Amino acid sequence: MSASDHLIPVVVSNVVEVNPIIKRFEFKHVNGDELPAFSGGAHIVVEMLDDGTKRKNPYSLMSSPFERDQYAISVRRDDTGRGGSKFMHEQVTPGMQMKISAPVNLFALDLRARKHLMIAGGIGITPFIAQMTQADKLGVPFELHYAARSASQAAYMDSLADRFGDHVSCYCDDQGESVDFETLLSSQPLGTHVYVCGPKGMIERVVETATSLGWPAAHVHFEHFLAPPVGEPFEVHLAKAGIDITVGAEQSLLEAVEASGTPINCMCRGGACGQCETVVVACDGEIMHNDHWLDEEQRAAKQRIMPCVSRFRGKRLELDL
Amino acid sequence: MSESLIEESIISRPTYGALKIVPGLAHYFLADASGAECVIRVVQELPRDMMEKVHILYVPTPGETALITSLYALGANRFEHFPTIDDAVAKLGEWLSDAKMGSQLYLAGTEGLVGQGVAKGEACGLDHTAVQCEHRGSLARRVQCVHCKTMIEDVTTQPVKCPSCDLLLLVRDHYSRRLAAFQGGCINAEDPSEEIEIKEVFK
Repeated sequence: MSASDHLIPVVVSNVVEVNPIIKRFEFKHVNGDELPAFSGGAHIVVEMLDDGTKRKNPYSLMSSPFERDQYAISVRRDDTGRGGSKFMHEQVTPGMQMKISAPVNLFALDLRARKHLMIAGGIGITPFIAQMTQADKLGVPFELHYAARSASQAAYMDSLADRFGDHVSCYCDDQGESVDFETLLSSQPLGTHVYVCGPKGMIERVVETATSLGWPAAHVHFEHFLAPPVGEPFEVHLAKAGIDITVGAEQSLLEAVEASGTPINCMCRGGACGQCETVVVACDGEIMHNDHWLDEEQRAAKQRIMPCVSRFRGKRLELDL
Repeated sequence: MSESLIEESIISRPTYGALKIVPGLAHYFLADASGAECVIRVVQELPRDMMEKVHILYVPTPGETALITSLYALGANRFEHFPTIDDAVAKLGEWLSDAKMGSQLYLAGTEGLVGQGVAKGEACGLDHTAVQCEHRGSLARRVQCVHCKTMIEDVTTQPVKCPSCDLLLLVRDHYSRRLAAFQGGCINAEDPSEEIEIKEVFK
């Protein structure tokens, strides 16, 4: 059983080109029903039927948690990826019917916080748009620090600055501006929680700086969805099902298992939530662990794999599925 | 390291460790006479340039000056001493209201002092993982009479008579972190005439 087993039929109500690399997609229920409630930081999984290939990619909801007549996501086009974002940009048009999962939140605001400090890099801005709407309505102090390569690539930077005023600070790389994490994290009142979503390097620097300054781990939150990487095709034996499957170059192991009709748990599809953790029955070769879930020891043991993002190279991989 | 004599009990009953300096933007200490040596033990190991980050509050026993001198000699950024735990905890609240994320709180001494320091830290927004406690000295308890809500300090007997409502209270291991007090409930409610021997048990 997984969140994406019960998909919600929606119609694409609007597609907006935010800038040359980012588009916003808005969805309404096909019957006009209210969509499920969610809180800031939640994501949905969007199912894409692309010429015989079924993809399911997670995207953070950026629309207001207080408005349930529609959802909005923003998608950054990545031409070197597996094709999900390219499909969204090129094939998805208003009026089209699609399926999405109910929202799941792995990046919620901690409501005990006295202040929310949000740090966004690039397209990592999307969950914060919903979170700021929520924090603003709850009347809890918040501050957004939003860094992007250039003003032209910084989606929603102007509108957020207009809407939330002093709560928002913007930084553009091409102007030589950057967030001074040391100063920022040294000047926060007790009871502050910090949230970071953006490139891997940014998340690492924020977490390292906060830790070295003595921030408790429970006050540091981050979300980093991985797109399943492309790679060489490989064969896998599913022990319970008694079948062999082939994982294509641009397909994830999870998608290949699903395509075979074999049941598997999953939620975030991006290496973060841990739901799809699968027992490895036999492994003669190398597992490319690409997830954020297993620790170093578990990776080395080769007894567990996260099929949503990890791949295999070698003679034989047998899974307990 | 810890010389606490606390026995294992229900999960609500706090247990304590030994102070150890961890990375932090600032280090706040609160101790009474029984805990002073714990503060001295960890602070004197710090390099001189870290003393700028150290702030110490102290509650001496009346008439005692030797430990005040030793604590002062550590060279902390701020060192203040107060005649009562209440006064010192109030000052801690003032200091913490200006403190930043990354601050660490270290508490050492009797349970009453430690418990009230924990409660103040929490009220000021400190995460419990940023608070360390080392228990030293008496096992005397701070007890709340659950009937009239009176706080009774330095309780050493079982049961104890509430000085406010005169009920005879069973001092339980059930502890409130919010109130920094053990709960005392009437021990002979069904038959108030029942005589119960009062023994000194929390020494």
